[in-house]
Amino acid sequence: MFSIQTFLDSFEPLLWAARYTLLVSGLGIALGLVIGALICAAGLSRWPAARRFAAIWVSFLRGVPLLVQLLLMYYLLPVIGINVPAIAAAVITVGICASAYISEIWRGAIGALPRGQAEAAVAIGMGPRDVWGRIILPQAVVMSLPALVNELILLVKASSLVSVVGILEVTRASQAQAAMTFRPLEVYIAAACIYLAINLCLAGLGRYLEHRMAV
Amino acid sequence: MDVSVLQQYAPMLLRGFGITIFCWLFGTVLGIVLGLIIALIQRYSPKPVRWLLQVYIEVIRGTPFLVQLFVLYYGGPLIGLRLDALPAGLLGLTIYGSPYFAEIFRSAFRAVPEGQIEAARAIGMTEATIIQRILLPLGLVSALPALVNFSIILTKETVILSIITVPELMYQVQRMSTETFRYVEANLVLALFFWALVEAISRVGRKLETRITKHLIERT
Repeated sequence: MFSIQTFLDSFEPLLWAARYTLLVSGLGIALGLVIGALICAAGLSRWPAARRFAAIWVSFLRGVPLLVQLLLMYYLLPVIGINVPAIAAAVITVGICASAYISEIWRGAIGALPRGQAEAAVAIGMGPRDVWGRIILPQAVVMSLPALVNELILLVKASSLVSVVGILEVTRASQAQAAMTFRPLEVYIAAACIYLAINLCLAGLGRYLEHRMAV
Repeated sequence: MDVSVLQQYAPMLLRGFGITIFCWLFGTVLGIVLGLIIALIQRYSPKPVRWLLQVYIEVIRGTPFLVQLFVLYYGGPLIGLRLDALPAGLLGLTIYGSPYFAEIFRSAFRAVPEGQIEAARAIGMTEATIIQRILLPLGLVSALPALVNFSIILTKETVILSIITVPELMYQVQRMSTETFRYVEANLVLALFFWALVEAISRVGRKLETRITKHLIERT
């Protein structure tokens, strides 16, 4: 039978571990935004080599499961002489993986801007710096916000995978809790509730942003 | 990596690859069927039913696949649902995919012009005939790109099944790498393999798309 008491009791350790879920997904999206901007710039640059690199970067990271990327990074870093804690390897991998999706989001947003805007800016004598800094980027970034919130939701869910490299986030903590109480059903449903709560909040934020933009 | 090692593990890896493809096809097909059923029920049922299905969709979409598998595989026996790893994985994959497919169908059905359905009703078609001859053919065509896209995402989700010990490719590769201590090479090969697989599937998907939507492009 489903035991309400066990279910409620599992929230304390799991909520404590939720810090790491938020940390991994939060730092992951921050890193993804930075690398994603660079990759997006490379993809739009006039050098074919840079465009090629960006295309391969995006295709590889979107084609390989995150779990494989995580294990690859986890084993690869020490071999090439970089010794970082598992949490750093996890954040870097999540960030790099997110960068591929984020660069595509930004490319889409920039592509969706009417061409006339950039042309008008050039026509009134703006240089490329002003065209990008004052016309294209501010609009593209605002336009991409709902999609970025969506990406963050995906990252919160993806962060459950970093449990396999031993980071004590919600999923890992629930495994430990389930082993301790012998009540996996209640514990894992509690874990699911925590993820659901985080993601519903984020989805609400996304809807709010979308609504504001539509006005 | 040593060639002889690969030779030794080849049968295991091949079997793993077979199970990966099987899980993917099974999960995609049943997920699409379940998603379609959900979308149709949502379209034709009273508010409380629609509301319940929406809760199902939000819950599945708001929680990680791994946690869903844990609930099903480790939590299931507590309520009498005792499944082996593979059936649990297949069921999990089907459940996980269904709300995404349902949402794809829902928006595809909404894209079917209302006039077409009204016209069908006006000439006396029954609701069942309308679904069969108007809603599904038109809806499926506009849903196709999104369907292909999500089935590609599902190929990548199959590796998560290895965590609940479904003996698919990832599981076999991890076993091989712990026995041979070739962690980096094994995972690198696995990554390249998935990259090739996903690229191949998306290419086939794009071909399929242009073929099925050819009549739309020619007319415009």
